[in-house]
Amino acid sequence: MFELILKRLGTAIPVLLAVITLTFLMVHSAPGGPFDAEKAVTPEVLAKLNEKYNLDAPLWEQYSDYLFGVVQGDFGPSFRYPSRSVTELITIGLPITFELAVYAIIFALMLGVSAGVLGALKPNTLYDYVPMTTAMLGICVPSIILGPSLILIFGIWLEWLPVGGWGDIPGDKILPTITLGTAYAAYCARLTRGGMLEILNQDFIRTARAKGLSEFRVVVVHALRGGLTPVIAFLGPAMAGLLAGSFVVETIFGIPGLGRFYVEAAFNRDYTMILGSSIFFSTLIIFFNLLSDVIAASINPKLR
Amino acid sequence: MRLRILLLLLSFVLFSCGPSETPVSRAHIDSILYMGNGTEPQGLDPHVVTGVPESHILMALLEGLVIRHPEGLDPLPGVAESWDISGDGKTYTFNIRSTALWSNGDPVTAHDFVYAWKRMLIPSLGSKYPDMLYDVVNAEEFNKGVIKDFNLVGVKAINDKTLEVKLKNPATYFIGLLAHYTTRPVHKATIEKFGSIDTIGSQWTRPGNFIGNGPFTLNEWKLNKVLTVKKSSNYWDAENVKLNEIHFFPIDNTSREDLMFRSGQLHVTSTVPPEKVEVYREQYPDTIHIDPYYGTYYYRFNTEREPFDNKLVRQALSLALDRRQIVEKVSKGGQSPAFSFTPPDPNNYYPPTSLDFNPEKAKELLKKAGYEDGSFPDFELLYNTSEGHQKLAQAVQQMWRTNLGINMTLANTDWKVYLSRQSVGDFSISRAGWIGDYHDPKTFLDMMVTGRGNNQTGWSNLEYDNLLVEAAKSTSQKQRFDLLYKAEEILMDELPIIPVYTYTRIYMLHESVKGWNPNLLDSHPYQFVSIEN
Repeated sequence: MFELILKRLGTAIPVLLAVITLTFLMVHSAPGGPFDAEKAVTPEVLAKLNEKYNLDAPLWEQYSDYLFGVVQGDFGPSFRYPSRSVTELITIGLPITFELAVYAIIFALMLGVSAGVLGALKPNTLYDYVPMTTAMLGICVPSIILGPSLILIFGIWLEWLPVGGWGDIPGDKILPTITLGTAYAAYCARLTRGGMLEILNQDFIRTARAKGLSEFRVVVVHALRGGLTPVIAFLGPAMAGLLAGSFVVETIFGIPGLGRFYVEAAFNRDYTMILGSSIFFSTLIIFFNLLSDVIAASINPKLR
Repeated sequence: MRLRILLLLLSFVLFSCGPSETPVSRAHIDSILYMGNGTEPQGLDPHVVTGVPESHILMALLEGLVIRHPEGLDPLPGVAESWDISGDGKTYTFNIRSTALWSNGDPVTAHDFVYAWKRMLIPSLGSKYPDMLYDVVNAEEFNKGVIKDFNLVGVKAINDKTLEVKLKNPATYFIGLLAHYTTRPVHKATIEKFGSIDTIGSQWTRPGNFIGNGPFTLNEWKLNKVLTVKKSSNYWDAENVKLNEIHFFPIDNTSREDLMFRSGQLHVTSTVPPEKVEVYREQYPDTIHIDPYYGTYYYRFNTEREPFDNKLVRQALSLALDRRQIVEKVSKGGQSPAFSFTPPDPNNYYPPTSLDFNPEKAKELLKKAGYEDGSFPDFELLYNTSEGHQKLAQAVQQMWRTNLGINMTLANTDWKVYLSRQSVGDFSISRAGWIGDYHDPKTFLDMMVTGRGNNQTGWSNLEYDNLLVEAAKSTSQKQRFDLLYKAEEILMDELPIIPVYTYTRIYMLHESVKGWNPNLLDSHPYQFVSIEN
């Protein structure tokens, strides 16, 4: 196990370095710069600003300065928000994005696992077809369509839930959670169904039933443990996907999380913020993948 | 049973959060104004920021020598309770109000203005609006580094309460500039506590640090969420400020803003989704506001590129543009067709309006320019991604194809790509818009002077430039407007740009908000605003 972790961490460093280098090059080769604005700045002012932000130095020098800063934990100041550092922006945005992702994953697990178990217990009946078709729909409908539809139905027509914000009005976290979690709930449902079907046909389940255990005990205690392995393996990448992919939902509902900063930074050519968030997201994805490998390995001895 | 309990719980959660009481419905009790404010402010340093959302917040936090009349936009006494203008119109003496205080209780003095203007002009800060003060003696020279000694610049504190400003020319519009946020004072001790005079992005603008002199003080600033200001007890006219707080919400998504307004979370929106304008005009005629706005939507030619270096071609394209059709069928937001660069303003300056729609004459001109049927080269129209720009571009494309038989392709690019292509001249025709910074035609006409940063057409006309120089020297407003009129006639004959429509400000305003008056600059000083039941 320890060896596995070490090995994965060893590959993480070159991956991160490649991410930084590629992002750095792409950002600097994108047309337009951070100081282009509707009111054109004079060449003198532009020169002053470039000098202030070290953009007048040769590219390789900017790159090495940047790397040097990153190693010391300094991601530089944001170009878009002059009085804030990239670290500060990430610190402001992350807890919100993380909270949203956690709610979404809880929602996905609750809904997905129940639907999957139901489908697996009564395969090829309505109890199976309805949730699984819905799940297929859930996977197919992107959040960019689901979000506004939910807003329209629950926010405008029924007036049950607030249409935007995060933590301002009670209930405003419900729609974003559902929007972000639905696709993952659908995956969870399909994975659970598959896993459970396989397990339920195995001998030890038949033994458990033969021993006269209640169906509830058979399913929850005996079957779920093995049946959920694919779901657990999926959780790590799902968490990474939820964190990195929350920008659509954050934009639709106006949630001030990291995903929204990331998108804005790209549009604003906020070089340091784009780089900082890319590094941060890559690290998260690497971490969660590692985490899910470790969990999967500890559940399933075959993987050890 | 379990299911029933679950359903009961679920319905409780869902129904309990129904908006029975909304922020707007109780606002007349706590006097809080909830405002949709476009994008997240870049910052609150008046010498660094340039955007409209920032200007809305700075109007609450800082006050200049004068403020704008909420209806007519004429300058009203602000920090200066009165001022004298010398006979030659070149020396202004401002008497600073003895009751004007900073939010920490320090008196606002003439020295604060001298410091603020020095900061704005100091080259090492890289302020983007220094030209607001270029009428002041030696201000431009100091800003461009020609002179190093700020004492040579024409702004001086005679004593704590008297500020003297010397101008190069009797610029009759100068007093109007002093309401702009860039010319407002800043608190020296605070700025120097967190950095030096030319530090960009120090911590002085944060809640708890920010010291202002406006009717409100900075209370809370949650990035991408809300920025709140509270009534200042140290403001000189505090007894007449009726609002207790203003909450500025950065909402750049227009449909979300619309939803928030309709669910009682906002009093004022920054805009209305274009597709909703027509419906709302019928359904909520008292809530949707379509006010005239001091801005022009126009197309810019690259006059250094063939065939647009030919005046006849530019005139032909302008003649083949049916502006009325555009505002009625395409933009549909109550805009008026623009027949001049400067928006018409009966109370101020009325521009020449000779532009016309005449496809026959357009064809003739194109022929005269040497382009017979079908021989006109294909070209591209550059615009930044937006549904509105796209629709308009398609309409124009269609008009030019039908009326002149010429082929234009559309280049839809991201904002920064659009800006950078314009600034390096990598375009044939590009979409543009300009909103006046102050209430005077100069804010438009000055832009087209040779080599100005926002000219971006490569167009240069000596006579035009001279007329603007002469206009700045004239002592009477009428004489100045006559000269500007002549300059604009040249501009509308040469047409390095073709005006398309005059902007309108479209927004939703809750009926309970009083004192929110329509005006050309969309300027609504909060000390005149109140919320009633």
